[in-house]
Order: sequence, then C-alpha cells, then structure tokens
Amino acid sequence: MPELRDLYQEVILEHSKAPRNYKALAGANHKAEGYNPLCGDRFTVYLEMDGDKIRDVGFQGAGCAISKASASMMTQSVKGKTKAEAEAIFHRFHELVTGHAHGDAEELGKLAVFSGVSEFPVRVKCATLAWHTLEAALEGKQDKVSTE
Amino acid sequence: MSAAAAVPIRERAGKTFDVERIREDFPILRMKVHGHPLVYLDNAATSQKPQTVIDALVRYYEGENANIHRGVHYLSQIATEEFEKARETVRAFVNAAQASEIVFARGTTEAINLVAQTYGRAHVGAGDEVLITAMEHHSNIVPWQLLCEEKGAKLRVAPINDEGELLVEEFEKLLGPKTKVAAVAHVSNALGTINPLQKMIAMAHRRGVPVVVDGAQAVPHLAVDVQGLDADFYAFSGHKMYGPTGIGVLYGKQALLEAMPPYQGGGDMISSVTFEKTTYNKVPHKFEAGTPDMAGVAGLKAAIEYMNGVGIGKIAAHEHDLLEYATGVVGQLPGVKLIGTAREKASVLSFVVEDVHPHDIGTILDQEGIAVRTGHHCAQPVMERFGIPATVRASFAVYNTKSEIDALARGIRKVHEVFA
Repeated sequence: MPELRDLYQEVILEHSKAPRNYKALAGANHKAEGYNPLCGDRFTVYLEMDGDKIRDVGFQGAGCAISKASASMMTQSVKGKTKAEAEAIFHRFHELVTGHAHGDAEELGKLAVFSGVSEFPVRVKCATLAWHTLEAALEGKQDKVSTE
Repeated sequence: MSAAAAVPIRERAGKTFDVERIREDFPILRMKVHGHPLVYLDNAATSQKPQTVIDALVRYYEGENANIHRGVHYLSQIATEEFEKARETVRAFVNAAQASEIVFARGTTEAINLVAQTYGRAHVGAGDEVLITAMEHHSNIVPWQLLCEEKGAKLRVAPINDEGELLVEEFEKLLGPKTKVAAVAHVSNALGTINPLQKMIAMAHRRGVPVVVDGAQAVPHLAVDVQGLDADFYAFSGHKMYGPTGIGVLYGKQALLEAMPPYQGGGDMISSVTFEKTTYNKVPHKFEAGTPDMAGVAGLKAAIEYMNGVGIGKIAAHEHDLLEYATGVVGQLPGVKLIGTAREKASVLSFVVEDVHPHDIGTILDQEGIAVRTGHHCAQPVMERFGIPATVRASFAVYNTKSEIDALARGIRKVHEVFA
C-alpha cells in the first residue's frame, strides 16, 4: 500500500509552503506557460539564458503541493546548468517519478525526495508540470504546455 | 426488470427508510479501498448501480438480445417490446405527456448537442442570442458556443451571486428580442444550487423563448415533472441515477420534435430511402439513428423502477438530511470554506481548505478509502467566478450515511495533520 508520508515528505511540504525562486524575472529572455486542465495547476517558468546556460530561473503560478514543490526544487537544481544538463536532469527525474529509475537516484540530489510519486500514478503529471514547462521555455516554444 | 421484481424493494424499504438495507442492494459498496471500507462520495460524477440494474443488463443479453424495430422473428419482437416499454417507464418517470416525446441518447451531453444541432441550427441565425447561466457544466456551454460560432450568434450568460444562486432578475433582463433559445441547469453540478426552473421557464415563455434544461444533476435527486415545469427540452443521463453508462434521455415537446430536422442519419430514423429522397420516420425514431443501446435502455428502466421502489420522496429526504449534516460537520472544520451556499441545494458539498490544494486533499482522502471529486468539475467558469482553481466535491446518493460523512470529516482532519 502506498504511504502518504512517502509522497508528502517534509522537504516537499516545506517547498510547497515557501517556494524558492518564486518570481517573474525582469531579465527573462525565455518564458513558457504550463497548464494541467485536470486539476487547474498553472505555472509560468521564466529563464534568463546566457547563451546555452541558465543564468537565472524563476516561476509563478498556482497548483497543488506536489507541483509547487517540484517547480521550486526544479529551479534550484537547474540554475547555472546548461540546456543539455537541465534536460538530462529532467530525463532522470521523469524516470524517478514514473518508477523507471535505474542507476543511482543520488545523482538527482535533493530531487530524490520525489521518488514516492511513483506510487501515486495520477500525481506524476503534478510532479512533471513545471519540468515540461521548463523544457518548453528552453526550446523557446510559444504554445502553452499541457500535461493532459 | 419486471414490475414483480420491484415489489420486494418497496416492501423492504417499508414506511421507514433503512439505509443499511439500501446499501445491501449495491454490491460495490462491500469493496475495500486501501484497506478501508469504500466511502463513495462522488455520486455527481456517476452513481453506483444496484444489483437489479446489473441483473437487467445480464438478463437482456441472456434472454432478449436482438435488433429492434427490424426483424419479424420472436427475439426481435421481444427486444422491441421491452425497448418501447422502457420508453413508457421513462415517460411516466418525468411525467411527459406522450412516450413519443422521449428520445434515447447516449447521455445528457449528446441530448444537448442534439437540440443545439437540430432545433438550434434551424432557429438561431446571425446576430441572434443564446442565453445560458454562469453555473453551467461544459456540456451546456460548448454545444451552444459551437452553434454560435457557426451562425455568428452571441452567447449571453446570466450571472450568479456569491452564494452560487442565479440572479433571476438578470436572467430575465437578458431574455431579449434576439434570444432564440435558453439553456439552463436544473441543478448545478459544481455548486448544488437548485434553480427556480418553473419561474425561469415562465419568464422565457413570456418572451417566446424555448428552454433546454440540463437535468443531469436533478433527476437523481428530485421528482421531475416536465409538464409541470413546462420545459421544452429536458436532458438527463442514466448513469447518474443508478443506471448504466452510455444511455440518456432527451425529452422534447411533441410539436417541437416534429418540426425539427433530424440529428444523425442512418437506419431506424427513416421511413423510406431512395437515392433521390429520404422520408424520415416519425418521432422519436427520427432522432434515434442506428442500433441503440438496448441493454442500456433495459438497465435505465431497472434504475427507474429501483428509484420508484425506494420512493423519490424518500431518496430526496434522505439526501437532504445528509447534506444538512455534512454542511454542519464539514463546514465547521478549521480552514474549510464551502463553495455554493444557495438556500435551495441538492446533494452537493463543494469546498476548499485553506492553504491546501484540492488535489492533495483528494489523494489523502483516497488513502482513507474516501472517493471525492477534486478539480473544476467541468465547470471552469464557475471556478473562475469564485476565484479558485478547483474544489473538493462530496456528492451524496441514497446509500450514503452520516457515518460516511464523519469519515470524510476525519479525512479532512488528516489533511490538516499532513500539512501541519
């Protein structure tokens, strides 16, 4: 039986209550909006790119604890990374939350707290919404991203 | 289901309403979810089915299955008779004047689309208006938007107040010379509000505007009398009133149905076809192209017989008790805000909890075996009106109990513990 504490870990609850980098970046040169029509979660991710490198990242929006904490911790983990590095982290993160992780989860650092999501399949899209939005922002896509 | 089979239920229900006996009629309620007894409070999405409805589906396939209105053989006659008997059962259930005013559809959504695509396309033109309310389900918004886009017509929306009640005087003001049709919910799926339908229909009729009613959330909970209401069209679904999925009803006044163009073309909706010209069948068959959901119709008939056996009055009274109890118990929990506090409500308790997203509440309640709906309930404009992305919605049926509402309250306290 899946355990609630595996999903709602302290770190996740803490980030959902006090999200980091929760701001619109004045100097953003990339931006994307993500939306989950099922639960109404909606986030905008702002990027300040320096060539291929994410110099700064911020987000704003509304959503459940999982989606908000995921967005918050995502901003911490991709700041200063290159586009390819950020995409690689998302790839591993996606494997983690869908229960397909192989290799060392520790590579993901703090993001490993999201491993409990894999026991709650309907919540995977909450955990990945901000990441899909980040991906769209990196690609410079103008369309709204949806996790439905 | 035969009339004889309905009798024991009536006897069992007796003069007093015994919810534990009712619960025995619903096999799924014996289920455990995550180690807890299932507490099913998502009835506005779909209700559970009594054994008599499940049996009716099996009986149809075991002993009645043949295509209707076609063969001369024995089984086809039986199937046709049962199908038309069910139409009569539905007629009596909503007090339509004639069985031919009952059109079988896939559900409320298809029934509303049918009206929009036939009556609507024939009567709504460029510059005309279609009037709806701010509490409609997407299925009573989008079909009219599609029509308005096609015709260059305008969709007008009557507002609601902070309690989730329709501003009836605004609704009346919006009924203008350009209004060609009004489409309104009898009961709001997201808020539970019961609209003063009779009054609204009278207002519309004074201006010559016909009214299409979305009755999906009303029929399971209230005695509906389409003649008493003077509704022009009334749509509802079987699956929300203890019947099977995939079957629903469009009631339409005979004269309106007769004057309408057909909806879909195909078998059964014609009386003769040549490559030059097709003559359409009479109503209601004109609107029932193709082989219908005959098993679903048998199940719908069984569902109506079940509701009649318990008594719609007793169902409504029980659900009213539950709603009052839940409003008190849940409404008093710290941080809980009820969304939709109309004076006249049916069976829906929508709420938000301070600082906790409904989706998180849904997951935590699910771990306790409690099924609620979380989200926008296919009524995004309602959510926007209240400035929230989503709500938690507990919705009640004949088999729910006060102890299940206590379980819901305990579940919400658990939410506070997790998020403390």
